[in-house]
Amino acid sequence: MIKVEHLVKRFGLRKAVDDISFEVEKGTVLGFLGPNGAGKTTTIRMMAGYLPATSGRIWVNGIDVNEDPVRAQRQIGYMPENTPLYDEMTAGGFLEFVAEIRGFRGAERSRRVDEVLDSCMLGSVRHQPIETLSKGYRRRTCLAQTLIHDPPVLLLDEPTEGLDPNQKQVVRDMIERMAKDKIIMLSTHVLEEVEAVCSRAMIISEGRLKADGAPAELKKRSASYNVLTVEVLAPAEEAAKVFGAIPDVERVEPVTEAGGKQVLRLIPKDRQSLAVGVIEAAARHKWMVVGMRSDSGRLDEVFRQITTTDDVIRRSA
Amino acid sequence: MEAIRHSAAVAKREWKAYFHSPVAYIFIIIFLALAGFFTFSVGSFYEAGQADLRVFFFWHPWLYLILVPAVAMRLWAEERRMGTMELLFTLSVTPMQAIAGKMAAAWGFLCLALALTFPIPLTAGWLGNPDWGVVASGYLSSALLAGAYLAVGLFTSALTRNQVISFVLAVVGGLFLILAGYEPVTTLLSQWAPRWLVDGVAAAGFMTHFQAMQRGVLDLRNFVYFASVIGFMLFLTQLVLNNRSGR
Repeated sequence: MIKVEHLVKRFGLRKAVDDISFEVEKGTVLGFLGPNGAGKTTTIRMMAGYLPATSGRIWVNGIDVNEDPVRAQRQIGYMPENTPLYDEMTAGGFLEFVAEIRGFRGAERSRRVDEVLDSCMLGSVRHQPIETLSKGYRRRTCLAQTLIHDPPVLLLDEPTEGLDPNQKQVVRDMIERMAKDKIIMLSTHVLEEVEAVCSRAMIISEGRLKADGAPAELKKRSASYNVLTVEVLAPAEEAAKVFGAIPDVERVEPVTEAGGKQVLRLIPKDRQSLAVGVIEAAARHKWMVVGMRSDSGRLDEVFRQITTTDDVIRRSA
Repeated sequence: MEAIRHSAAVAKREWKAYFHSPVAYIFIIIFLALAGFFTFSVGSFYEAGQADLRVFFFWHPWLYLILVPAVAMRLWAEERRMGTMELLFTLSVTPMQAIAGKMAAAWGFLCLALALTFPIPLTAGWLGNPDWGVVASGYLSSALLAGAYLAVGLFTSALTRNQVISFVLAVVGGLFLILAGYEPVTTLLSQWAPRWLVDGVAAAGFMTHFQAMQRGVLDLRNFVYFASVIGFMLFLTQLVLNNRSGR
């Protein structure tokens, strides 16, 4: 388990991380979201025992990271931003080096290295110098490095940045496979990624934790949540009037009309679900509903709402 | 135990890194060529008609002044530039363990280069009858001197991500340690400074200790001197790394 309490990091006068607290349980894939410069990397660096916190505490499986970073680091596999690697080494040689530091020797070391080379699909580049590897292989080499000692906690700083869609999928599949018996925390600004792999998402902005919850829950905060798009066979004006009269409907926006088929967007009050009301109203007027789609909300909208308000206010002030 | 394992892993990696690039070979070739040139041509080894290696060792402080910083400059500056320092220090390696590993690899490499000068003492042995104790003491002092330069270079390398800056700073630092004990400097200093200061500065320099050992004097104080210079520079290196990596 990870526990972070009132974490603060100051660089000079600037507060890069400002009083962040959270807990993560085993089996969680936590997406750490925020615009560039929000404090994601700083937070993860502190959790990995690389930067000391200005104040606040971090426990990884009960070990205080500030007090005993070395012991905490044994519990952690950490992939830094921008995948720093020893370029002159071969991928295999680099992993041997990491395995040696992690305390494996002889046959056990070879077995571990073989295992991660295999699971990260690096077998073909084992004897290739890292400087000659493509971006995707570099990322995977850096990811492989985090897995050598099979740590209960993985901290991945932008693990899929700069990968093509296929490579992204490979990394996501790996994360999904490992998810159930680890804590995986990954920072990203790719929102689709959060929806694809994360069971929980936190959004930070300007060093502060702004939102925390399951991606599906967070999406409910978006303005488009529960907006209902209805295709109905009905006279145009009458349909808009009838649906607009449903108590939970804020307003009706016509989208298209063709051959007696209306497509309407119904904006709900307070993001209420509208489906039942609409079906009842249509039934009362003997209108045929041919299609209906309720919007589940969009994470990018939530992200923008949360992370741009401050900026926008400042700019207009 | 773990500390030793970590240092050993880092040392092995650094050692391989030297030989993976042309750096090691170029360094060894140039070191041997210059050592030979200074000994035989500039130092008139044959003409002196003496079976000792004084002219050989005489030039080492100056050779090391340029060559050792070239070996050391990469050690931390490169880690800094590539960001691998972050990787290293989150693999549960502490700065001290990493410093020890890097120091061991680089010093081992310098000792290898030094050992490859063996044809020179062999020549002396073939032509005459050198005092082998003095030769051994000379080699030991040269190895210690290389270690002291290296510790300075390791420190300056930790200060910056730029290898050139690291190199220049290390040369300046080394030059200071040479000149501190150099006669023209001590003479100049003794014209106005009190005697204890002159002695202090002279004692801080490489030269008095190096030359004493060259004569075959195995005084404990000279060992303590080189050990303190190395220890102090490595301590400063650790301070810098702790501060930057933030531990």
